[in-house]
Amino acid sequence: MSGFGQRLKDKIGSPSQWFGDLTRTPVWKSLFRHKLPTDPKNRALVVLTNVFLHLHPLRMRKQGMRISYTWCMGGISFFLFLSLTVTGILLMFYYRPTAQHAYPDMLDLMESASLGLMREMHRWAAHLMIITVWLHMLRVFLTGSYKPPREFNWVVGVLLMVLTLLFSFTGYLLPWDQLAMWAVTVGSNMARATPLMGVEGPGAQLMAIGDVPLITAGSDMRFVLLAGRFVGEGALLRFYVLHCLGIPFIFVILLSTHFWRVRRDGGISGPGKGGRLAL
Amino acid sequence: METIKHVINTLFAPQYLVTLVIIGLFLFYRYRRVVTQNKLVAYSILAAPVVFFAVSTLDPNFWVQFKRPDNVPIAGMMLLVLFFTWLALKKAVQNDDRIRDGRPVAEAEPEEEEKVFIWPDLVYTELICLLLVSILLTVWSIVIPAPLEEPANPQLTPNPSKAPWYFLGLQEILVYFDPWLAGVVIPTFIVIGLMAIPYIDTNPKGNGYYTFEERRSEILLFQFGFIVLWVTLIVLGTFLRGPNWNFFGPFETWDPHKVEALKNVNLSDYYYYWLLDQPKPEAPPDADVITQLWAIFRREFVGIFLVLGYFLALPPALVIFSKFFRKMFIKMGFMRYMVMTFLLLSMGLFPIKMIARWTVNLKYFISIPEWLLNF
Repeated sequence: MSGFGQRLKDKIGSPSQWFGDLTRTPVWKSLFRHKLPTDPKNRALVVLTNVFLHLHPLRMRKQGMRISYTWCMGGISFFLFLSLTVTGILLMFYYRPTAQHAYPDMLDLMESASLGLMREMHRWAAHLMIITVWLHMLRVFLTGSYKPPREFNWVVGVLLMVLTLLFSFTGYLLPWDQLAMWAVTVGSNMARATPLMGVEGPGAQLMAIGDVPLITAGSDMRFVLLAGRFVGEGALLRFYVLHCLGIPFIFVILLSTHFWRVRRDGGISGPGKGGRLAL
Repeated sequence: METIKHVINTLFAPQYLVTLVIIGLFLFYRYRRVVTQNKLVAYSILAAPVVFFAVSTLDPNFWVQFKRPDNVPIAGMMLLVLFFTWLALKKAVQNDDRIRDGRPVAEAEPEEEEKVFIWPDLVYTELICLLLVSILLTVWSIVIPAPLEEPANPQLTPNPSKAPWYFLGLQEILVYFDPWLAGVVIPTFIVIGLMAIPYIDTNPKGNGYYTFEERRSEILLFQFGFIVLWVTLIVLGTFLRGPNWNFFGPFETWDPHKVEALKNVNLSDYYYYWLLDQPKPEAPPDADVITQLWAIFRREFVGIFLVLGYFLALPPALVIFSKFFRKMFIKMGFMRYMVMTFLLLSMGLFPIKMIARWTVNLKYFISIPEWLLNF
């Protein structure tokens, strides 16, 4: 090697030198307080002191970690929820929930927005999340994990599943195309048949004061849902707010409860002592 | 080839499809040892739908419905549900054999009880899962663009108008039940019923491990609800319901002019026209409320008695006449038993109404259009 090349190489140093130096900088040390943990004590510390990992217990039975036991469906559902939040926030920058702008904004998203995969990612992740939530439920049922002491957490899980469907349903309207409008029309038409509270539901005539009916097309359950007598701009705004703020608010509260209860009820279910073994 | 397609088209009609899935589910669990332990059978069952999809995509009519972007996840869901049902059954069979031999279940082996640190085992498993899902999602998003149709137009109703795919099971139920049931009461009952499961199921066995023999009826009931009444009806509503919600086989063209005769008959029609051969009781239009109520009651009393009997008389009758249910009643107590039988009977309404529709074209047990109350 020529003298110049050697000198240059000495100046630049090797990758191990760069990273060796990097890990000694104050910035690195402030980010990662520990080295890659290789001994039990440090591994425990990593899980305990990390805001994301502390959802986990320190140690767990081997069986509860097996992917053939858990199918990882709960974890995947949660990951999809996070992906949906990220892609959803990005989409909100490009979207205005008005009859005038919603559809053109979709076209803009497809044609001119950079990273034009966000809409696809958001839609397919939503569909996938519904499937993984159902499979999570199937796994929990087939392993009998709803049995004591986890009864209440199953109830929370059912509510989360319903909210997942409502998430998807409210989001379905936002593209404001034919598919969206008529799917939501079909779905919300059902509300018209709510017993007592829907204009075409059984017993709606009974809801009257004298000759004045209380339940009309302008005051029944469907009207509440759509903010109008048909799927129009009011419904679009209502669904948008529910999709981006209302349902996420309830969802996150229930999700925290769900995770918290998994830990409080003894971690991932397993045989023996009513499953109360972890931690 | 055309003959095979024709046979398949016929077999996918709702009455045959639902029946076949029920029989399939039963056989799957009945011959669980063969299904999970004989490699050839297992692989054939898991591969059969993939092969069916692959071959069927050659058919233009099948391809038109299959390639719709929103339908792709449903095909995936069918395969996933099949695979995971099979996987769970495989582990259940192994555990059942262990229990019979007096050994601990696989999940309770001493080495499985050993506690391991979350880092690195679980954290890395999660990381790998997360990466795989990310890759799947990215590839999926690149390959299949999200659908965007014409701008929303309230004046132009598409035919068929379909709800989002995960609600198509409920939309399919509209064929058999009125909107107030299919769209409001049944979804509510599904949610309440699911939430009630842990409080109704008092069997202490099978907590935290896969098993079938220790919880036969629980698993079969749940799978009946999930696979037959939910997944199958979604598939039916998505792929096999075309214009005017008419049935079309997987290899049929969706012809918007297909006409199906409306030949459904109410129970009261059967009773008065067919059995008694006389007109239905009717109150004069200017009669007072009591007379009208009485006329409606006399017109619909067969259905009213049937439905009331089904929900109110059947649960206690079972306790009196069936040893199995008597034991259950004693074990569960009054409230729990009544709630459970009510929920189970509600679920039982689906097959009853479906079979009644397929065999005798029954429309409603009780039909009171005066109050918009059809049952």
